[in-house]
Amino acid sequence: MATQTQHGHYFVPNPSLYPFILSSGLLLMTSGFIFNIHHYSAGPWMMLSGFLAVLYVLFGWFDKVIGESESGMYKNWEDRSFRVGMIVFISSEVAFFSAFFGALFYLRNISVPELAHFDPSFTMYKDFLGTWPSAGPGGVVLGSEYKPPQFTPMSAWGIPALNTLILLSSGATVTWAHWGLLKNKRPQLILGLFLTVALGLTFLGLQSYEYHHAYTEMGLTLGAGAYGATFFMLTGFHGLHVTLGTIMLIVILVRSIKGHFKPDHHFGFEGVAWYWHFVDVVWLLLFVLVYWL
Amino acid sequence: MSTATTVLHDEHHAHYQPGIMRWLTTTNHKDIGTMYLTFALIMFMVGGAMILAVRAELFQPGLQFLKPEFFNQLIGIHALVMIFAALMPAATGFANWMLPLMIGAPDMALPRLNNWGFWLLPPAAILLTLPFTLALFGIGDGALATGWTFYAPLSVQGGIGVDFAIFAVHLLGISSVMGSINIIVTIFNMRAPGMTMMKLPLFAWGWLITAFLLIATIPVLAGAVTMLLTDRHFGTHFFNAAGGGDPILFQHLFWFFGHPEVYILLLPVWGFIPHILSAFSRKPIYGYKAQVYSFWAIGILSVVVWAHHFLTAGMPVPALLYFMYSTMSISVPLAVLFFCWIATMWKGSMSFETPMLFATGWIILFGIGGLTGLVLADVAADAQYHHTYFVVAHFHYTLFAGGMMGIMAGVYYWLPKMTGHMYNETLGKLHFWLTAIAFNITFIPQFFLGLAGMPRRIPDYALQFAEFNMISSIGAFILGLSQLIMVYNIVSCVRGGKKATDKPWEGAQGLEWTLPSPPPYHSFTEQPVVE
Repeated sequence: MATQTQHGHYFVPNPSLYPFILSSGLLLMTSGFIFNIHHYSAGPWMMLSGFLAVLYVLFGWFDKVIGESESGMYKNWEDRSFRVGMIVFISSEVAFFSAFFGALFYLRNISVPELAHFDPSFTMYKDFLGTWPSAGPGGVVLGSEYKPPQFTPMSAWGIPALNTLILLSSGATVTWAHWGLLKNKRPQLILGLFLTVALGLTFLGLQSYEYHHAYTEMGLTLGAGAYGATFFMLTGFHGLHVTLGTIMLIVILVRSIKGHFKPDHHFGFEGVAWYWHFVDVVWLLLFVLVYWL
Repeated sequence: MSTATTVLHDEHHAHYQPGIMRWLTTTNHKDIGTMYLTFALIMFMVGGAMILAVRAELFQPGLQFLKPEFFNQLIGIHALVMIFAALMPAATGFANWMLPLMIGAPDMALPRLNNWGFWLLPPAAILLTLPFTLALFGIGDGALATGWTFYAPLSVQGGIGVDFAIFAVHLLGISSVMGSINIIVTIFNMRAPGMTMMKLPLFAWGWLITAFLLIATIPVLAGAVTMLLTDRHFGTHFFNAAGGGDPILFQHLFWFFGHPEVYILLLPVWGFIPHILSAFSRKPIYGYKAQVYSFWAIGILSVVVWAHHFLTAGMPVPALLYFMYSTMSISVPLAVLFFCWIATMWKGSMSFETPMLFATGWIILFGIGGLTGLVLADVAADAQYHHTYFVVAHFHYTLFAGGMMGIMAGVYYWLPKMTGHMYNETLGKLHFWLTAIAFNITFIPQFFLGLAGMPRRIPDYALQFAEFNMISSIGAFILGLSQLIMVYNIVSCVRGGKKATDKPWEGAQGLEWTLPSPPPYHSFTEQPVVE
């Protein structure tokens, strides 16, 4: 890593109750969620109160961090901690997505073809062809009858191609905004971020339209076997990350308008930009592996 | 290994909030380390109590105390508690306490994140154990009853306990990822001037690779249990053949995490055991570089061998051969480590205080665990051993002896540094001998039970298994009760006792021994310079 020099004082924050409140909120949210899906009336209330606690912490904690950053408590040494930390965090996100890409690979290349290749005298799936896209052979498994729905797979060359264009452009606009910040051209910074947020929101709008279309007209649902499950879980978790990224970009935009960030001190901006590029790369993989091939 | 030339202590005194608020709000690495270690000790007792109930049931054939459903819940929660709430927090506690001292850092790099990492654990423990209590009030049918591995389709069909365990795993996963981020950043960015990567204490190296493994695998587990959740409640078919899915997919995803997890539990221990061997042999660590490279080799190999946990599930023969040979190849770097440990002691001027007793006993018992692992990796032999008590005995030799007894060595080694008091040496030695002997009484019979074909996770068994089970249960109760000696020893050491010097072990090396015992609340505000 970086060469070692005499660093001087490292910023160790004062005691803080935010982490504890955040964990309590998560406990309420998760257990409330469980009670909710098992139809206990306390569930929604627990989820709501947990969510409010998490929201309170998100506002309070980030407000504190932004305040510390703007009052100059983070020097280069602290800055490097945040950078390494963000890289490691994004790596863990890569690992999370790879679980779902791995599931897609396994279902598409191993389990679906295998179900079609049993000895005909030993299988209940005689007519199953095992071609992708597939909602499975159907049958009685886990005690309930399952009939694979008739569905139309999602074509790559409509909304998904447009969304690819939108996300790639948003990667360009956020870099353009970064150039503006580096050259201290504030209007370019703000306009670039504004465009990025707008493109992110457009992406999410189109994605929701696509989901609606899939559910109402194409018969493509979460329950549509291997294809439906991998399609919605992969694109869904990606959409969730785009949502988070867009919220982060909005925060950065507001901070830029308020005059935060300096050309030589803007980890908050870069962390969000890295995250946005990560979301971008995941989308490219999705476009190729889920929609196209 | 390294010497400090300047150690300047904190000029302004410690500031923390009074009472319980100190622990809820702390950003201090020692406070957080203490909480991790205390939590691990409490959960070690909880998990131990669970398995003693199981061993009581298995004392004789037939059903005596426990209903089979409750028996299944106890074994699964025992494993999750021991792995996620005892072993991992204990190792993280050491990392928090000792890493900044050992590498000359003012604190962990991200102190508030550090606090969050700890405070995710109690909620996770509540989620794991709450279903037991809920069942008493007629809500649900108890905790996770699938064993700790959540295998589909059993876990898809299970009750409310599975959902609680899924979210417990999510919280534990977030905690591990946050802890790992913190440790990686601390090691990369907080080292004292002059402390290059190849001068790092081995403990830091062990933890660095542990943290990489956690970052790579814990999110995969989170993904796997998320698929389980959607299969259970939202109509997906990841693990359901009718929809084109496959239950074995779950096993692949789970063990892609699960096998590296073994090394996640062991690498921190491999990190500090050489420090202990070196201190009590009064010799430098032998083969420092070889050990670092072996850590890397084992870390990398550990993510490509996962399917040896289900060799009997049905895989193409080339896959079986690949997983067999890759698994066995781990024994090469592991053998390098064993020889380095032995060579560190070779011709040393050895003395056997409690930490050294645990460290040397650990080498032998962990060695048995490693060798029986080679037997299990053999595809042909595994057809006989799979899902028997042989497996149970094997992984308790690696995880109780290799993991927990290693942690105990660390506890006795660093307790004087942490508390400023010497523990009771006689009780420590008594604890070691009772633990080592009772451990073998408990688990050697289980090897024979497994060879004779007794399946695991069964509350009742055939009559020919009765004698060995009785011996095993007796050993388990001695083992469990003798841990109370350690608890007493730790508590009385925290409360008082003979003053510990800055360096209570004359052969010990490293920056942590240049500080007073106990170290000041803020260890280094000016970093020491390492030559």
